[in-house]
Amino acid sequence: MDSNEVKMSVELDVFVGNTTIMDEEVYQLWLDGYTVSDAVSIRMKSGILEQFGTTEDVLESDTMDHYRTFQMTERLLHHPSKLVNQVLFQIPPHRQAMLIERYYAFDEAFVREVLGKKLSKGTKKDLDDVSAKTGITLKSCRRQFDNFKRVFKVVEEMKGPLVENVQCNFLLSDKLARDYAAIVFFANSRFETGKKKLQYLTFEDFAFCACQLIQNWTVGAVDNMVEDMDVDLDKEFLQDLKDLKILITDKDMLDQHKSLVCTGLRGKIQVFNEMEGNFKNLSRGLINIAAKLTNTKDVRDFFIDLVEKVIEPCKADRWLISDVRAFLTQYTNSARALDGFKYVQSS
Amino acid sequence: MPGKLKVKICAGRHLPVMDRASDLTDAFVEVKFSNTTFKTEVYPKSLNPQWNSEWFKFEVDDEDLQDEPLQITVLDHDTYSANDAIGKVYIDIDPLLCSEAATVICGWFPIYDTIHGIRGEINVSVKVDLFNDLNRFRQSSCGVKFFCSTSIPKCYKAVVVHGFVEELVVNEDPEYQWIDRIRTPRASNEARQRLISLMSGELQRKIGLKVLEMGGNAVVGYLQCFDLEGESGLVVRAIGTACTLDKISNTSAAQLPACNSPSKEIKESPPVHPTSHGCRSTHNSPIHTASGSRLTQSFSVSVPTLIYTGMRLLRHRSWGKMCKPPFHEDPNPNTYSSGPSTPLKNQTYSFSPSKSYSRQSSSSDTDLSLTPKTAKSPKGPRISLCPSSPTLSSDFPTLINPFQLHLGSGTTHSLTPPHSGHASPLVLRKSVSFSEDLLLAASGMGSGGSAGKDGGHLKTLLRQQTQSALEQREFPFFTLTSFPLGFLIHAGGVVSARSVKLLDRIHNPAFVGIMGNTRSYKLLDWNSFTADEPETRDAWWEEIRQEIKSHAKALGCHAVVGYSESTSICEEVCILSASGTAAVLNPKFLQDGCLDCYSENRLSRQPTFFSTGSEKGEFDFFLQSKDSSSMLGLEDTSPPSCGFCHIPYDELNMPFPAHLTYCCNCRRQKVPDVLFTTIDLPVEAAVTGRGCLIQARLCRLKKKAQGEANATAISNLLPFMEYELHTQLMNKLKLRGMNALFGLRIQISVGENMLVGLASATGVYLTALPAPGGIQIAGKTPSDIAYEQHISNIQKKINDTVSRNKELYEIHPLEISEEVIGSPIPEPRQRSRLLRSHSESSDEVSELDLSHGKKDAFVLEIDDADAVEDILSLLTDAPLPTGFYSCNTENMPGIHNWTSSIQMFTTVRVFRLNNVNLTNQGLNKSFNDLCENLLKSLYFKLRSMIPCCLCHLNFTVAVPEDELIQVAATAVAMTFDKDQAQEILKSNTAPMKAISENEEQLQFPMELSSDSPSVQTFPPSKGFLENASPQTIQGTSRATSVDYSSFADRCNSWIELIKLKAQTIRRGSIKTTPSLDKASPLAEGHLRLRSTPSCTDSTVTVVKMTPLSFIPGAKIIKYLGIINMFFIRETTSLREEGGVSGFLHTFIAEVFAMVRAHVAALGGNAVISYIMKECVFMENSNKNQAQCLINVSGDAVILIRESEQEGVPIQTHGSTSQTPQSGGAPVS
Repeated sequence: MDSNEVKMSVELDVFVGNTTIMDEEVYQLWLDGYTVSDAVSIRMKSGILEQFGTTEDVLESDTMDHYRTFQMTERLLHHPSKLVNQVLFQIPPHRQAMLIERYYAFDEAFVREVLGKKLSKGTKKDLDDVSAKTGITLKSCRRQFDNFKRVFKVVEEMKGPLVENVQCNFLLSDKLARDYAAIVFFANSRFETGKKKLQYLTFEDFAFCACQLIQNWTVGAVDNMVEDMDVDLDKEFLQDLKDLKILITDKDMLDQHKSLVCTGLRGKIQVFNEMEGNFKNLSRGLINIAAKLTNTKDVRDFFIDLVEKVIEPCKADRWLISDVRAFLTQYTNSARALDGFKYVQSS
Repeated sequence: MPGKLKVKICAGRHLPVMDRASDLTDAFVEVKFSNTTFKTEVYPKSLNPQWNSEWFKFEVDDEDLQDEPLQITVLDHDTYSANDAIGKVYIDIDPLLCSEAATVICGWFPIYDTIHGIRGEINVSVKVDLFNDLNRFRQSSCGVKFFCSTSIPKCYKAVVVHGFVEELVVNEDPEYQWIDRIRTPRASNEARQRLISLMSGELQRKIGLKVLEMGGNAVVGYLQCFDLEGESGLVVRAIGTACTLDKISNTSAAQLPACNSPSKEIKESPPVHPTSHGCRSTHNSPIHTASGSRLTQSFSVSVPTLIYTGMRLLRHRSWGKMCKPPFHEDPNPNTYSSGPSTPLKNQTYSFSPSKSYSRQSSSSDTDLSLTPKTAKSPKGPRISLCPSSPTLSSDFPTLINPFQLHLGSGTTHSLTPPHSGHASPLVLRKSVSFSEDLLLAASGMGSGGSAGKDGGHLKTLLRQQTQSALEQREFPFFTLTSFPLGFLIHAGGVVSARSVKLLDRIHNPAFVGIMGNTRSYKLLDWNSFTADEPETRDAWWEEIRQEIKSHAKALGCHAVVGYSESTSICEEVCILSASGTAAVLNPKFLQDGCLDCYSENRLSRQPTFFSTGSEKGEFDFFLQSKDSSSMLGLEDTSPPSCGFCHIPYDELNMPFPAHLTYCCNCRRQKVPDVLFTTIDLPVEAAVTGRGCLIQARLCRLKKKAQGEANATAISNLLPFMEYELHTQLMNKLKLRGMNALFGLRIQISVGENMLVGLASATGVYLTALPAPGGIQIAGKTPSDIAYEQHISNIQKKINDTVSRNKELYEIHPLEISEEVIGSPIPEPRQRSRLLRSHSESSDEVSELDLSHGKKDAFVLEIDDADAVEDILSLLTDAPLPTGFYSCNTENMPGIHNWTSSIQMFTTVRVFRLNNVNLTNQGLNKSFNDLCENLLKSLYFKLRSMIPCCLCHLNFTVAVPEDELIQVAATAVAMTFDKDQAQEILKSNTAPMKAISENEEQLQFPMELSSDSPSVQTFPPSKGFLENASPQTIQGTSRATSVDYSSFADRCNSWIELIKLKAQTIRRGSIKTTPSLDKASPLAEGHLRLRSTPSCTDSTVTVVKMTPLSFIPGAKIIKYLGIINMFFIRETTSLREEGGVSGFLHTFIAEVFAMVRAHVAALGGNAVISYIMKECVFMENSNKNQAQCLINVSGDAVILIRESEQEGVPIQTHGSTSQTPQSGGAPVS
């Protein structure tokens, strides 16, 4: 009997809890930019239907509800402090933290594409390429990009420690706040990270560098009370770096430095001979990089220069990481021991 | 002039950007109350303005305080053009008017705009200085407390339960055709919101006045509804139960003595002064329209519907009757009159002084009918006794004879001259008798309904003319669904009535001014049209209530509990419905106290005052029955756990054919085989296993029609729908191996081309009732072997389901030694020919066969394979997923160890039927599927809460448009601790505690709760039969008058659809349970559930919500007042807001947010008894528009974590420490 099959379509389907129900798995799918139907099929593959003995309709309805909730929450997530104060959704604090943390989380692949780029409309337009390259949905790329940009805009002009600023304004975890600080820092200085030679470096690596740079090379690092902030490198410091040139231009100084380093490292590193042979080149590479940093263009190339001038030569000679570390430590300390640098120590 | 309202506007936050140029807002605030307005300064260029205004003071009278909401409007200042409204906040200041509720309202309120939704928040403080005003003639009722909760609020004790209060107000609806009109949406939505707010304020005030008149100080079970009647206006109506409540103090022991003297308590009860006792509501003026004229102008068909009598649906005898109605092509008044005519009926109640049964009849009867109002009556000694020694009454409160309690109404009957002049309601009468016959038959009831009936609406009309002012008090109705221990003595079964009305503008301008005490200037468009509408509506409801009352009477009950009313409106047709549970109550709680009676009498306003009369009757009766019962040695009692199941009617004088057996618990009293009620499971009830939600769903096509034809079509359909719903319920109940339904709610919604019926209830296995028989399938053409095979397959499936369900719900009553007691009542077998019950298959619940083999199976008869499938699909609800339970009542039988994790939710679905060729079957299946799917969705969504129970799961159906069906539900999911073992352990330690606690709370002496209920049902005696209850006679005569010969085709088709047959229950064998042991753990568990468990997160900002009257693990320490909010939301950019779902999703979330904000501002942290009473959704997707109206209510409370000492061992359950709001965390 045909007439028994009355077609019914759901015109409206809404579920609202007093405590807003949010399924973390669906949230992730939403964050990852899947459409409702994609999300449903992904969920189905997870075996959830069998597990709870339910049907596709139910799953679809559930997914829709969640997506709607997330869309409504998104506006609040843009300003996490609002999420905490808002009245529309009753969300327990630990869930709020989860929502925020996940919303601001980003993909390694994506961030490597964008790190150091100007967070501009132009970059945003190129996101479809990024999406194609990384396999991350365009939607997700946009969210991540917008997050970077939003955080950047808020903390860019702010005084005080960068990480804390990020944390206060976006209520992120320590780790994530540090990552965002790195992203902001890189974006601000526009460090080039996309060159082929840099591809082997992970975001983690850069974030570590950023952290070191923020701690040691910015104005805030020198004096917290200064007007300026953590985001910019300390111009004065960069200027001072030019003085290091003497280490390579003054022959005496260079020799003296080399002998101090060699004395200190003899027998302590495996690649001593290579080091000794290559000392002049290495030192020149390092000093040249440092001396050029007053120039914005050269700042951008900081990492690529390091790789080309320092890391690659070392690699070619099969230095171990411990060798590099020992060398650099010795290199720094020896320089301080030179006559011309004594004042540095005292300051 | 007794009130000063003070308002301070502190600050705003999260305001929207109103000035694009600066991305900022120049906000200021207007504060308006009544006709006075104040403004704050403009706080320029900020989205978080700090106004810090002075205290704005409004000097207003308390009438205004009650009616008017405080209106706060946030605007954006604009130098050059008109200021833009940002949004509004309406604050109901009623909670501040009651000393026991909130003292200050202070907090962040969402700023709401009907077009944009919530737009930021505003911080407001409100205070009221109230001066006492003892003006006798005042129109205000400040201080009367209102509770939505349908049980006595937890931190109060009921001193007196006065009874039913109702009121309605009517106005033109300023905006009912929202889409068609050219309008400014914001302005008209706001006008409407404000009007409704005004009307509900006024309604509440009027109800409060009535309560004061009755001497009460509170309304419990307050249920307010809106009828959006469209052209004919807007009705706001409310019902409730007036009570005198006392706050429970810590030194409750000191108050115990008081419970023996009601009069004292009245004095204590107090902040309320019963100003004028005799004076009834003015608007209920007795002298108005001749009933005839009203009837002719509003076509009305009254369908007195089922009386669920708690017996099998059909008996052999009644099968015949079921067939009868369809034959009635011309409903024959003869049938009707051949039944109980009015005089006959009167006799029932007044036949009196038969010596042999003086207890039940003579004393009261004569007393009341002869001297209803005099304090000093001929029977001086008795009467003087009762007022002066109220203690006596409390000694024997349970000795009520049900019949006794009818005296009041009996009296009215006799006062009413036989009314001959009722020619005009001929149409009415015809259809009434038609449908009534049908229905009564359908529900398997004999004459009971009709017996009550004649006292019903026909008479009502007459009575209205003479004494309508008294009528209200004549409704012994209670909106409560759970009661103080000992209050409910017997539950007779469900009584319900429906009536189809045509909504017509009333053309009778003669009644201007009937609403004289409404200050009409306040209401928009108040005019003569609307002025007399309340009378019409009142009369409509009055009819229905009379019907209900008489149904109850037919069941031998003097009261109706769990009473509720509802409407369904489609165009100009309106179905009014009322239902409740006929019950016999303990008069102890009912009496107004003797002082009250006397003052009534002195005022002598009400010559035949019902309550007065009946009270006296009761008193007399007690005295007398005390004597007789002691003589008869009846003083021993049945345990309270089964008392309420015992039949209130006399078994030889049954109003319908019922299957009675001796109570399995006490073995003394008779119980029905099945019990249907609208109340919650009494705490003391002994239950085997767990309960579950049972739903019956039904769709019926209807031809589109207009006016009377439409009304007729609908009223013709109604009885069939009721019948089928009832059948479904019964089938499903049996399928689960259960024998009782609680919380039954049947909703029938009318659309243009269909009627949708949805019945929800919680099925349980009451230990006191006999085990249900199985279900048997019978075919009509047994010749065909394949067919036989088919049938037996189905039979097997059904049997499997039954036994699976028994496992699932842990129904194992058979551990108890089985014993056969008594013999069943002789069963009329004359009509059994239609049944061909197969001999019982041996595998069918074989335990049940230990009886004499006389057992009748519940037989489903089917005549073709399609019908089989149909039955199967209807019966086979998808099984609950593991770990889930569901119920629609407050308590889930069998689950007591709740954790504090709860999740309340609202879900709404709208379905479009796409098939042009709709058939009933197809429609039914679809509707059934959609309900099942909705449930499945809920289970899936809440899976992280397993093990969990969905409580208070009631669906609401509506047919908003031609092919649309809307289903909405609000419920709470509560997790519980799986480990029931500890529960049992605990049970041994706690019973005394539980009882004493309860007692103290209710001020109900313990001996009553334990002894009393039983005495009342005296053993049936043959002699009584001779005393002639006319009802019996009439019942049988009716039964035999059934005419088979002329089946109406139309009816045939319905009937054929599901050939539904008789059933039954095993007679002759009864299981006895060691009642006390069995009962106490359960009862005790319930008590604990209410008053205990632990651990609430005390973060103030979190507001919990629940449709129940409690939150597990938390104790309510203060009720802050009622929340009753009405919102309209509209959009002209539907797609942009996420389509209909996005729009409604946001709106519901906003409503929750506003409720929470108001509660928090009152200082509360939870809303209990939350209910979404209205959710009207309209869309016009072509125009990208939608509008939605939502009405919600609940009680704002302060919860504290349950204290350790009280928590007993439940505290030890680890789960109680869970974060209360963690429900929202699906593990996935």
